Amino acid sequence: MTVPVVPADPAVRPSSRGPSPVRLFLRNRLAVVGLVVVALAVLFCFLGPLLHPTDQLQTALDRANLPPSAGYPLGTDAVGHDQLGRLMYGGRTSLLVGLAAGVLATVVGMLWGSVAGYAGGWVDAVMMRVVDAGIAIPALFILLVVSAIWKPDTTGLVLILGLVSWLVPARLVRAETLSLKNRDYLLTLRAIGGGHTRAITRHILPNSISTIVVAATFQIADAILLVAYVSYLGLGLQPPATDWGAMLSAGLTAAYSGRWWLILPPGFAVILVVFAINAIGDGLRDVFDVKGH
Amino acid sequence: MSAATTAASSAGPDPVLDVRELVVSFSTDTGRVDAVRGVDLQVRPGETLALVGESGSGKSTVAFATMGLLAGNATTGGRIVVGGADVVGADERELRSVRGRTAAMVFQEPATALDPLTRVGDQIAEVIRNHRDRPASAARAEAVQLLRRVGIPDPESRSRAFPFEMSGGQRQRVVIAMAIANDPRLLVADEPTTALDVTVQAEILELLRGLSAEHGTGVLLVTHNMGVVADFADRVAVMYQGEVVETGPVDEVLLRPRHEYTRRLLAAVPRLQVLEAGAAPVAEPRPHRNGDEVVDLQHVSVRYGHGRHAVQALTDVSFDVRAGETVGLVGESGSGKSTAARVALGLVAPAEGAVALFGRDLSRTGTRARRQLRSGIGVVLQDPVASLDSRMDVGQLVAEPLRIHRRRMSRTERERRVAEVLDAVQLPAAFTRRAPRELSGGQRQRVSLARALVLEPRLLVADEPTSALDVSVQGAVLDVIRELQQQLGFACLFVSHDLAVVQDFCRRVVVMRAGRIEEQGPTGTTLITPTSDYTRHLLAAVPVPDPRVQRRRRAARRDLLQAGGTVEAG
Repeated sequence: MTVPVVPADPAVRPSSRGPSPVRLFLRNRLAVVGLVVVALAVLFCFLGPLLHPTDQLQTALDRANLPPSAGYPLGTDAVGHDQLGRLMYGGRTSLLVGLAAGVLATVVGMLWGSVAGYAGGWVDAVMMRVVDAGIAIPALFILLVVSAIWKPDTTGLVLILGLVSWLVPARLVRAETLSLKNRDYLLTLRAIGGGHTRAITRHILPNSISTIVVAATFQIADAILLVAYVSYLGLGLQPPATDWGAMLSAGLTAAYSGRWWLILPPGFAVILVVFAINAIGDGLRDVFDVKGH
Repeated sequence: MSAATTAASSAGPDPVLDVRELVVSFSTDTGRVDAVRGVDLQVRPGETLALVGESGSGKSTVAFATMGLLAGNATTGGRIVVGGADVVGADERELRSVRGRTAAMVFQEPATALDPLTRVGDQIAEVIRNHRDRPASAARAEAVQLLRRVGIPDPESRSRAFPFEMSGGQRQRVVIAMAIANDPRLLVADEPTTALDVTVQAEILELLRGLSAEHGTGVLLVTHNMGVVADFADRVAVMYQGEVVETGPVDEVLLRPRHEYTRRLLAAVPRLQVLEAGAAPVAEPRPHRNGDEVVDLQHVSVRYGHGRHAVQALTDVSFDVRAGETVGLVGESGSGKSTAARVALGLVAPAEGAVALFGRDLSRTGTRARRQLRSGIGVVLQDPVASLDSRMDVGQLVAEPLRIHRRRMSRTERERRVAEVLDAVQLPAAFTRRAPRELSGGQRQRVSLARALVLEPRLLVADEPTSALDVSVQGAVLDVIRELQQQLGFACLFVSHDLAVVQDFCRRVVVMRAGRIEEQGPTGTTLITPTSDYTRHLLAAVPVPDPRVQRRRRAARRDLLQAGGTVEAG
């Protein structure tokens, strides 16, 4: 018997429930900061244009490259778009594509990993060798090749990003499934004639939720970075559509001419949001990794 | 208690352990928990004090406090004096000079108490050199002597073994060798035999008894097993909710308990019926066996793995369970009893032989038919935590078999059935919305039982359903199964290592050893007057909670072993 940190007898225990999930999350200061930052970023991108309406479609070369002023708080870019408005406009793409691609990657990985781990044997071996092969090829390389052949729109970008980044979640979920599949409750389920679909959807996936949710947040952060990479290399969305990566890329030519307002805002936006989402993932891990699960 | 016994226990040499008004509380996420609330204990040289109680009573906390080993969130008050040194409030340096030198500890699980990557001789030598200035070679030689003292055969070569090369019993002997390496005056043994089989348990208790008598070591024995108490202790302290409710000589406490709680505890302990020497064998009518065969194993063999690494788990196992009957499957760890139960459930396919469930050969039924057959089985497994999916509430858990096999059932019907079956296992209907983690071990096992019975099965397979529970809870859970069996008439295959429970609960018994059936027959015959040597040894090793009877049984067991019927165990 080990030292009872919490005695087993519920009669002695003041409350049988641990701290609530919300309290656990709030205890992680960094995660709370992350949540606030992401919430502000969403408000900024989606509600900001209401307070600061700008024209992001028409070019106006007569007011190109203006430094920050009262009328243009962050100045204008090389074709005369208001930079603050563009930051909102580009942020929509970055956030939406990042979220959608991250969720897609997690869902695909979750299904692939849980089926492989649950089936075991040669099915598992074949499915996981596919994953190994995928991981062996750098995601960025696949991205570059695909987007060089086919200029993607937003949906296309989500599909490409999602389908190159499901490999890591698949591995994580498979490992979780392996440890869950010999639990007594799954043995009991098999003994009383429960099917495989029920085992996976009702027991294995709900019990892997901590792994899945944490993986999902990191996938979203990764996807936002990937969008930025691809767009930075000029292979993302085509103008006038833009995102933070494309803005960085466009601003790079101005790096040595002192037009800092073209580089620093989108750069900081990417760093801040990616950091914030990672912090949220960290906080969610605290919530789900409760003892007794 | 008479004044004479009080005087007797307070006379004699100074105690090696003196605990006064010990208070321990833990600060946790959910507030402060008072685990120990004012405990007084004394252990004199050469004396064994058993600290008994159920889980959560605080007995292990007292043991850990004695060694200054409590977790960081513990606050300790009162006095603990070990061999003259005060432990409460001592700093880490002072504690180190007590631990392993004045007092040493034997843990429950020998597999985790030893370093898996260090040879056992070196581990013992390290303990010696921690406290005494010995050259490495001398310490190693001393380690070999210690291994000899704890009864490890061929200690010179065994001292170079790694823990994984030893059996559980041998590992526990090594842990004991480490504990006595510096001739401590106090030995704290926390459930030292709980992880071991009964035959090994008997040997370990014999060893501890010998060592304590030889060197006058005081022993603080923490245990929940009243048989072990009767076998080994001189005095007993009964703990309940952080307090000692009764202390006294073992004969007094176990035979004439004064406190209400002690009485309840002792009444709940299943007692092995034993044939005392000279008494006439109890004539029990052979139970009539004319029901249909619910499950039937014929010459079943099971192998795990392939080729050279294959392990023969079962060899030529044949038994059946008939309608309405309860069959006990007993044996020590590795005997194959759980594998046999899994074969009966159709979870493990036999390499040879045939399994019939409700009269249908399992190897000749299709997937769909087999699923249908399985709706007639209920399963309860040992681990109350692992058996229930923590992400579901009680209502969902109990309803799951209905969702699988009664898909057309309406929601209201399903809820009604769940409420009915929860009521049958004596859980309040309000529990449907509770999560498993909010329930105690006994309540969880009732939920498992409710889930097993919700389809009104013809066969209940219970694999050690009460082994993880306290005795008082165990009794209540077994009563529920028994009562429902009478009402519903299902057959029961009951796997257990506890002979007393099986004797009490089952009509017939199958004794297994090393994957084979040793003998089978009616419980009243097989477990009272066994025909095989192995069963006889198994029965002789079970300690009974009556100190006087147990002393006679110990002597009888020694005779049995000396008579040459040695059974290699562990």
